[in-house]
Amino acid sequence: MDESDALEHTGGHEQTATEYIGHHLTNLQVCRADGQWVWNHCEGFWTLNVDSMFFSVLLGGIFIWLFGKVAKSATSGKPGKLQTVIEMIVGFVDTSVKDAFHGHNKLIAPLSLTIFVWVFLMNLMDLIPVDWLPMTAAAVGVEYLKVVPTTDVNVTFAMSLSVFVLVIYYSIKNKGFGGFTRELTMHPIAPPTKGVAIVAAPLIIAFNFILEGVALLAKPVSLSLRLFGNMYAGELIFILIALLGIYQLPLHFGWAVFHILIITLQAFIFMMLTIVYLSQAHDHEH
Amino acid sequence: MDINLTLLGQTIAMIFFVWFTMKFIWPPIMSAIEARQVAIADGLAAAERGQSDLAQAKTEAEKIVAAAREQARGIVDQASSRANDIVEAAKSEGEAEKQRRLDSARSEIEVEINRARDELRAQVAAIAIAGAERVLAREIDANAHRDLLDRLAADL
Repeated sequence: MDESDALEHTGGHEQTATEYIGHHLTNLQVCRADGQWVWNHCEGFWTLNVDSMFFSVLLGGIFIWLFGKVAKSATSGKPGKLQTVIEMIVGFVDTSVKDAFHGHNKLIAPLSLTIFVWVFLMNLMDLIPVDWLPMTAAAVGVEYLKVVPTTDVNVTFAMSLSVFVLVIYYSIKNKGFGGFTRELTMHPIAPPTKGVAIVAAPLIIAFNFILEGVALLAKPVSLSLRLFGNMYAGELIFILIALLGIYQLPLHFGWAVFHILIITLQAFIFMMLTIVYLSQAHDHEH
Repeated sequence: MDINLTLLGQTIAMIFFVWFTMKFIWPPIMSAIEARQVAIADGLAAAERGQSDLAQAKTEAEKIVAAAREQARGIVDQASSRANDIVEAAKSEGEAEKQRRLDSARSEIEVEINRARDELRAQVAAIAIAGAERVLAREIDANAHRDLLDRLAADL
């Protein structure tokens, strides 16, 4: 992709590099305003990032279609090549879950598989050359198109908050409301229970609660921001490389090869931390 | 990077995908994997069992072959001794037969000799009588001297 090519595809005026980058990092948005559907000039919460939704649901659909197909015809005899690949992924996730989580829970393994494959597929969109899909979309009249759903903070937060809700749910379910509260207030400093020092107990409990509360809230925030940050930065570097004209070819290749590692690693980290957080929610000892 | 409705849409999508995976993907694939693991473990155990069975059968066979060899040797020994016996028996029987034939031939010869001797004796008596008749034709009465002549013939 030549720079001049890259700069022309929104029609009308010439794009500056800043506009080019900004264009690539803008979602296709839709919202309802004054009884009408409004595209791309939206503000506030009631806005939908159409491209993020479209690609993530498409990729999730590919995931459940492919895995569902294999699951439907899964044989315990000699497996075909596709079944072998799927089983390797499932086996890998299963091993990861069994290594980190020792309780009994029917949800965690399928959840981990979904997260791993879905996040991987969404990250994989990063390897498609940055102009292909946006320019194709521009050709058919779609003004903005951000193709990597995991560079949308909504997507990563949706996943990490779902995990967070599960963490809270399983914490209360397994430890009881009291146990969960104790975990948040009685660590890391045990409040004194007798003597004169008891007057300091509320202070210590408040201190513990702030500390543990931050630690608890940091889980979903760090989980989503880690993935978002990595993918956003990676995408930004792809866009910057795309501005370099002919020199982008070796650079793009190098970064793409490196990025294969990153997208797999990020999907794995997201899955692994999900397992670890849920495992902690099942542990009685803090 | 505003938080907006996409968050909810994504959450719904995720709940659906997780639910689908939990319901339709994970259990069949996992059960297929586990069934295969069981089958492989069974197969390995069966192979091991087969191997030990084979070894056992081998020693069994060796034992049987050794016994058979032993038996065969016994049979051969028995047969050869029996053959010797037969040969021996045949030899002795032949010997006896020969002896018997010899004996019978000998006795036959004896009888023949005796017969010939008797005949000869009778003839010699007749010749003697004839000679004596001729010599003494005139003076000797054959009837008067018959008992004398008979005694002479018996002495021959």
